[in-house]
Amino acid sequence: MQHGKYRFIAGFMVVPLAIYAIFVISPFVQAIYYSFTDWTGLSPDMKMVGFGNYVRLFQDDVFWAAVGNSVTLLLLLPVVTLSLGLFFAFMLNVGGRRRKKAVIGGVRGSAAYKILYFFPQVLSVPIVALLFQFAYNPESGALNAFFKAIGLDGVQPDWLGDPQLALWCVMGAMVWANVGFYVVLFSAGMSSIPKDFYEAALLDGANRLNTFFRITLPLLWDTVQTGWIYMGILALDVSAFAFVQIMSVGPGGPDYATEVLPLYVYQKTFRDGQAGYATAIGVSLLIVTLIFSAIVMRLGRRERLEF
Amino acid sequence: MSAQTDPAELTGVPEQEPHGASAGRPRAGKRGGEGGVLNVFSHGVLVIWGLLVTMPLLWAVASSFKDDSEIFGSPWGLPSALHVDNWVRAWDKANMGQYFLNSLIVVGGSLIGTMLLGSMAAYVLARFDFPGNRFLYFLFVGGMGFPVILALVPLFFVMKNMTLLDTYHGLILVYIAYSLPFTVFFLCGFFRTLPTSVAEAALIDGASHTRTFFQVMLPMAKPGLISVGIFNFLGQWNQYLLPTVLNVGDPNKKMLTQGLVALAVSQGYKGDWSGLFAGLTIAMLPVLAAYIIFQRQVVAGLTAGALK
Repeated sequence: MQHGKYRFIAGFMVVPLAIYAIFVISPFVQAIYYSFTDWTGLSPDMKMVGFGNYVRLFQDDVFWAAVGNSVTLLLLLPVVTLSLGLFFAFMLNVGGRRRKKAVIGGVRGSAAYKILYFFPQVLSVPIVALLFQFAYNPESGALNAFFKAIGLDGVQPDWLGDPQLALWCVMGAMVWANVGFYVVLFSAGMSSIPKDFYEAALLDGANRLNTFFRITLPLLWDTVQTGWIYMGILALDVSAFAFVQIMSVGPGGPDYATEVLPLYVYQKTFRDGQAGYATAIGVSLLIVTLIFSAIVMRLGRRERLEF
Repeated sequence: MSAQTDPAELTGVPEQEPHGASAGRPRAGKRGGEGGVLNVFSHGVLVIWGLLVTMPLLWAVASSFKDDSEIFGSPWGLPSALHVDNWVRAWDKANMGQYFLNSLIVVGGSLIGTMLLGSMAAYVLARFDFPGNRFLYFLFVGGMGFPVILALVPLFFVMKNMTLLDTYHGLILVYIAYSLPFTVFFLCGFFRTLPTSVAEAALIDGASHTRTFFQVMLPMAKPGLISVGIFNFLGQWNQYLLPTVLNVGDPNKKMLTQGLVALAVSQGYKGDWSGLFAGLTIAMLPVLAAYIIFQRQVVAGLTAGALK
């Protein structure tokens, strides 16, 4: 029996573990090693440069622009997306007209709203990014045409071409793509909160704003925190890369206004042939990610509420 | 939202005229008290966001039927005639049909692989005690939090050395590898919740561990498998970063997401805007249709993933 057990374990683990080790673990470990070399990525020769790449980071203006933009996204994207998600979910579940007996209730048609809001979530990032790139287009885009149609002919921003606006435009698309998911997620959480909690609070004279902050939010806190980390990783990694690379001019421009860390790693490797330096940027991205997760965990640590 | 509650209403007394504090509110407040105002307000903001979600999609679909001069001339107008030729052009000439097929092949292969290998690893990690169990679990789960972009540079060369670049099976392996952390994490949690007695009974009846897994445990884990399967399907179908780096040699092997971006870049220079909108719509509509049909499962699958 024991013998069979270990053979079974080995038989079941070996293939998944091998694939995972070859394609995920080993590249990560190698990346950290490469960040201490001057590897170009094109030839097999490289030499150790110690912390040379990291020292160079400090004098690289584009790197700091990328850090600034990534941190802006990291701080604002989760706040905006999750707040909108919470707001709409609260409207859907608690915002309805009071019916007989029911103390609180959802608005009519809340199921239809949820289906609709979820739409962008199933579309791939390139679809959303291209869609918004067209909409922002200064000549033929939907946005400027809309301004013209309502008589605001003078307001014809350059959107993605304007260094002041470009990052916000990209962020708008990211928020648009993600809000629906959180509406549905938070709705699911809210509908499992017992109605008597609200009943008791309303009897005590609380208004709905109070009930939101005193009942709904604390009881949803775990979910919010999960969403926060998830959005943070999105803002730092894959999603930010794809949105910026597809939407922005350059990409990363204008004038590095939308340069973000993952895109800079990609450009340094595959455009500039500086794979060693690129991995050092990647390691700094990893550090930002870890700091962020640690802060969220720490801030989020509070007593778990059971209900 | 910040409207005050009239205490009398709470005790079940039928609707009353709102008093002093609510004088400045819209007319609707007269009828339902706070609930009425809130109701109008709620529907107001909800409809606005609903429009924000649907307008860009409808705009893209409408544009895909226009010709180029209409797209520039009247971006918000309806197409004067249905230019179906845009779709034909995008499907044939711009290779969208081929890209669609490529995505189907790769996602089909990697989804099966991910589910099979992921559930095997998760089952072992969740239900067997052996040295190194916890270490392996955290090794898998740790992969969820690291920036993928960091691994991409060395991964490119790992794939190159194994001559896996620009191949279907290479991409399939990489998709599986990067889907394993979440799959293992989710299914581990799921297998732990299943009762042990059923598996024990099967073992006592003489079934091998392998047989118990495939004939008893997997069928019992079906709800969890469906959830994680939908999650992985969407993630792999929408994957952009991995093929952008690992699948650049052969233009005919592009994934749908990649092909769409390539189309946008090249058409941007050639100026075929209507063809581009048609390509975008071709990529968009099947997923939206599938979502509407399987809406319940998709939502349940994705939210279960995030809640765990």
